Amino acid sequence: MSLTPDELVTILLSLKVAIVSVVFSLPVAIGIAYVLARFEFPGKTLLDALVHLPLVLPPVVVGFALLALFGRHGPIGAWLEDWFGIVFAFRWTGAALAAAIMGFPLMVRAIRLSFSAIDRRLETVARTLGGSRIWVFVSVTLPLALPGLITGIVLSFARSLGEFGATITFVANIPGETQTLPLAIYTYIQTPSGDLQALRLSVIAVVLSVAALIAAEWIARRKPLLHGSRS
Amino acid sequence: MIDVDVTQRLGDFRLDVAFQADAPIVGLFGRSGSGKTSLVNALAGITRPLRGRIVVNGETLFDSERGIDLPPERRRLGYVFQDDLLFPHLHVEANLLYGYHRAPSSSRVIEPGHIIELLGLRRLLQRLPDALSGGEKQRIAIGRALLAQPRLLLMDEPLASLDLPRRDEVLRYIELLRDDLAIPIVYVSHSIVEITRLSDTVVLLSEGKAIAVGEVDEVMGRHDLRPQTGRYEAGAVIDTVVGDHDLEYGLTTLRFDGGELIVPNVEALVGERVRVRIRARDVSLSLARPAGLSIVNVLPATLVAIDDDGGPIVEVEVRIGDTALQARITRRSCVQLGLEEGQRVHALIKAVSLDRRSVGYA
Repeated sequence: MSLTPDELVTILLSLKVAIVSVVFSLPVAIGIAYVLARFEFPGKTLLDALVHLPLVLPPVVVGFALLALFGRHGPIGAWLEDWFGIVFAFRWTGAALAAAIMGFPLMVRAIRLSFSAIDRRLETVARTLGGSRIWVFVSVTLPLALPGLITGIVLSFARSLGEFGATITFVANIPGETQTLPLAIYTYIQTPSGDLQALRLSVIAVVLSVAALIAAEWIARRKPLLHGSRS
Repeated sequence: MIDVDVTQRLGDFRLDVAFQADAPIVGLFGRSGSGKTSLVNALAGITRPLRGRIVVNGETLFDSERGIDLPPERRRLGYVFQDDLLFPHLHVEANLLYGYHRAPSSSRVIEPGHIIELLGLRRLLQRLPDALSGGEKQRIAIGRALLAQPRLLLMDEPLASLDLPRRDEVLRYIELLRDDLAIPIVYVSHSIVEITRLSDTVVLLSEGKAIAVGEVDEVMGRHDLRPQTGRYEAGAVIDTVVGDHDLEYGLTTLRFDGGELIVPNVEALVGERVRVRIRARDVSLSLARPAGLSIVNVLPATLVAIDDDGGPIVEVEVRIGDTALQARITRRSCVQLGLEEGQRVHALIKAVSLDRRSVGYA
């Protein structure tokens, strides 16, 4: 089965949206997961709830909230456009933002669990061996949290590939710009005699998801190579 | 030289310790809950005292009045924990070099190659910590702490999670590096055997306070400290020199001020200093010099004191030359023999009671 140009555009857009959403949400997720795993502070429960909100809210509501906040007339959207020229509304960047928000709780949960499972005395030893806080985080905490990082990335990547409700609400369904795989499948199902195309895209979606899982497994297996890293 | 004076509150527990010690190995001894680990954590900068001062080798690490509080990474105190706490994601060599790479190159005196030879780690370098025995892991943890070029090594119950043969193995290595590297060590333990075998000066902790500081045999021999040092393990510590080896029977003669002791094979060269701990319950007393006896060590002694608290067992202190020795005998024997202070007696010590665990290199 060879891909049509339209299908190729859709696949590449979906991958771009998913990759960009993961790359930009990962550092934030690591930061928030670390804070939630290691510190007690007033408002912790609130932060925790806020992170989990996309998991429990109907995606349409998240999309609507994004539209209200990040739309061209929304408070954040207008500010970003004025100062940085960044526009989310009805752009592929908006699709990436929606995907990042929807995948965020999954990512934070996985990474936070990994941080909590680390024996903190290992970090203490590393400090007594002369490692600064930041160096200890980079050389001990992060590598030990690697399984959680990989899980978080895969879950969030898969969630991004499948994102539908928030995306279509926030950035609509524009072929070549915001029409990711699920949106394209939805469009074909709505079209008379579009079933075959819908089926073809569905198979592609399955292949992509399975490939992501296999890639994650492969990275996890390669992990022992990290043991050789110096210092 | 360690100069400590700290106050710290941890929940209901109050740590209020002040002492000065200047010795190759300072033993921190006390029952569990006496504040040993809290004190070491304060030294290492892991916890912060309310007030006080910590000075190591003339370097002030903490001083509440002058507002000095160095973070752990700048204190340069090697910390060896009860558990080895090796980094599980790094192989042995990377574990060993973790602190070495962080130490300023001008301060790198202890070289990896030397430590690897000293602790016998050569063939383990490319292995992962998971694949090693407890003794090997603890040796690596010690090597790792040393390679961070510490001014002082803190060892908190480093043998506690090892089985008996491994303890002996690691203990030997600790003695080896004390003699080889000349890095002062603070050795924390609730085991009187380890403390007396290793340390020169001992700090006795009880309920968060240092209740005694001094030479190990002096502190361990004090009657008034028995509740803290433990009656069961009461005994004397004697510094001796290896006299000669009886190869036929596998015995070693140890000379000390006041006499000779014959013990099972000690792996030390003639002339080497060896420290022996003789438990009070392994010492018997006799008025006349007994004959036809399997006990090989019969030492003429003078009775110095009888500690009789009215119970079935009394503790008798005798002197052999300038060396103090304790004997635990029944009160009945004490009465029937008519023991009294100043009397001439013979102390009987079974050679086999002085096993490898009570003999160490001084």
